[in-house]
Amino acid sequence: MNAISSPGARKRSPWQALRGMSADRPHVFLLLLVTLLPLALMPWSTWLVLTLSGMAMGAMLFLMASGMSLTFGLMSVLNLAHGAFISVGAFVGASLLIYGLSEWSHNPSLWINLAAVLPAFALAALVAALLGVVFERLVIRPVYGDHLKQILVTVGGAIVIFQLIEVIWGPREIPVPRPEALRGALVFGGIALEKYRVAAVVLGVGLYALLLWVIERTRLGILIRAGVESREMVEIHGYRIGLLFLAVFAAGSALAGLGGAMWGLYREIITPHMGDELMISVIVVIILGGLGSVRGCFYGAMLVGLVNLYVGYLEPRLAAVATVGLMVAVLMWRPQGLIPVIKV
Amino acid sequence: MIHSLFSGDGPRSRPLAILLVLILVCLAFGPFLFSGTRAFAMLGTICIFIIVVASYDLMLGYTHIVSFAHTMFFGIGAYGVAMAMAAWGNSIGAIFGGLAAALLLSLALALLLGLLSLRVKAIFFALVTLAVAFAFLNLVNQLYHVTGGEDGLRVTVPRVLGPAYRLVEGSVPGFSIDTFIASLGLGLGEAAREAAFQVRVTGRVVMYYVAFTSAVLVFLLLLRLVNSPFGRVLQAIRENEFRAEALGYRTVFYRTAIVMLAAALATLAGALFALFNRYVNPENTLNFELMVFILLMCVIGGMGTLYGAVVGVAVFLLAQNYLQDVLRGLSHLVGEGWLQELLAPEHWLLWFGLLFVLSVYFFPKGIVGQLRAVAARRRTARAQG
Repeated sequence: MNAISSPGARKRSPWQALRGMSADRPHVFLLLLVTLLPLALMPWSTWLVLTLSGMAMGAMLFLMASGMSLTFGLMSVLNLAHGAFISVGAFVGASLLIYGLSEWSHNPSLWINLAAVLPAFALAALVAALLGVVFERLVIRPVYGDHLKQILVTVGGAIVIFQLIEVIWGPREIPVPRPEALRGALVFGGIALEKYRVAAVVLGVGLYALLLWVIERTRLGILIRAGVESREMVEIHGYRIGLLFLAVFAAGSALAGLGGAMWGLYREIITPHMGDELMISVIVVIILGGLGSVRGCFYGAMLVGLVNLYVGYLEPRLAAVATVGLMVAVLMWRPQGLIPVIKV
Repeated sequence: MIHSLFSGDGPRSRPLAILLVLILVCLAFGPFLFSGTRAFAMLGTICIFIIVVASYDLMLGYTHIVSFAHTMFFGIGAYGVAMAMAAWGNSIGAIFGGLAAALLLSLALALLLGLLSLRVKAIFFALVTLAVAFAFLNLVNQLYHVTGGEDGLRVTVPRVLGPAYRLVEGSVPGFSIDTFIASLGLGLGEAAREAAFQVRVTGRVVMYYVAFTSAVLVFLLLLRLVNSPFGRVLQAIRENEFRAEALGYRTVFYRTAIVMLAAALATLAGALFALFNRYVNPENTLNFELMVFILLMCVIGGMGTLYGAVVGVAVFLLAQNYLQDVLRGLSHLVGEGWLQELLAPEHWLLWFGLLFVLSVYFFPKGIVGQLRAVAARRRTARAQG
């Protein structure tokens, strides 16, 4: 192993390079494998469209999953009500767009459309964050350090939130029309790329970069990473890790709400229980990436999004099964996930 | 005799013992004590879910393993029998053939799940089972040419278990408690006359008693198991895994074994459900909501007691059936407005969820644990005074 990756061994055969990569950077290796393999099975223009769509789905899944992964990493809290925050975000965002700003949303100008969509996303994130703070204080705070009780109370809390959504917005699905300027597709040399998906990828990758910057370059990030490593050490140094956790929880809930609102516009329809269905993908993502790792979460989300789209194209009935199959395969290969941060 | 039947692990609380005897009598003479198809269906469901929840308690309460795949195994049993009877005709042989195939599949999947995630940590198991169970549900929905998709499968049971069969010629007198209580206003004698009804002992009743006997046998067997040395090791793993391992017990082996046993029992219950309900679809066997219900029943009754499974199933199914009626009454009282919206009978789960969260905080040991704690306090008070 060392002989291969040490700088002395310059002349490596491609096979050895590949072997080294699968051991050193399993996330890049797997992502390349998953992206390049389908090229052999479909025309490249189809592949390009599917890759973009998969990345759009991955970007939204990343937003939803990163909060749950971080809360687990930082405080070892397993929040199974995370899916409920996704639904809340979707409904709040859609409500503002449909009832509050529908004038602006129907305007053909891109800038006025953005002036409608961005406040909707912001409100979705804000409401989800507030709900997250209340939820953390009322429901999760009393059961720190007890995984079993966390699972029980968050499942119970999720039931209550889902029911409240049904009380407020009704049990039926609500159509969410996309704003004018975000409909349709951009055409480059015969390949149609849907505008909204491009926008979702840009927003998702941008937020990923921001999150990475916060976690790797700022003082707050140092504290979060230190908290993941050892909670006691951070407390001994005089930091109030309870507050830090509350902030991370609120940020994670806000990202879930934002992801839910984006998902609502992506599918153009929302149902109260959409969070439950997305929760499965979120769980697959955080297991794939390794609990507590933002980078792993991003790669996991991209993998899930891409596999979903490729398999959905080749054999539509197996799309959901394929992502779980990928998870099982990765767990056999690396039981801790692709980039483990905490030892579980 | 009774002591060894319960493996030395009795109810240990008088109110609990009375409650359990009441449930046992209601279930044992159920078809002769309650009239109407709704009550009959509920009694059968209680018997079958006692098996499901007791086996779930084996994992959740005795070993602290949270699994979200219990409905998957339940569904494998139900679909195994339904598909076998669709393929091989409605013979008894087909039932056992389907059950055997389902058991094999369940055990293989449980072994895979156990080896995959139990060696890492128990918390992983919850997430992995959630994802795998969802994939299974999706697969059943998609492969509609064998599973019927969302429409499900109708099960044609053998004649012995069907409504056309008569075990006894004519009919047997029954006494309907629900009618009796409802018509008490007419005076005792009149109410008793009203309550008398005739029960036809059909194959459906035979099937009910098959389910009831299975539930009793499984329950006593599990009680024996958790009070055996094997069960003690499980509880040791729950209390302190590190120490149990240091004492030389291979915890992965014990965990995987218990997951497999629970899976097998859930499969058996699923097969009984298919035969009793005569209709299986993803909603009544595989749904995520059903999984949450099983979790709720186990916790409300009392984790790690087995008796909690019996009490929890009875309380939950009664609440599911009758809490809606209560809410309907309440929502008529409060009049128009947002409060009525909250009290609407279709939102019974909202109130049940709230009660559940509160009960996890204040009564984490469930109904059975609470009753036992009261009894223990009284015993010590008596010993001291």
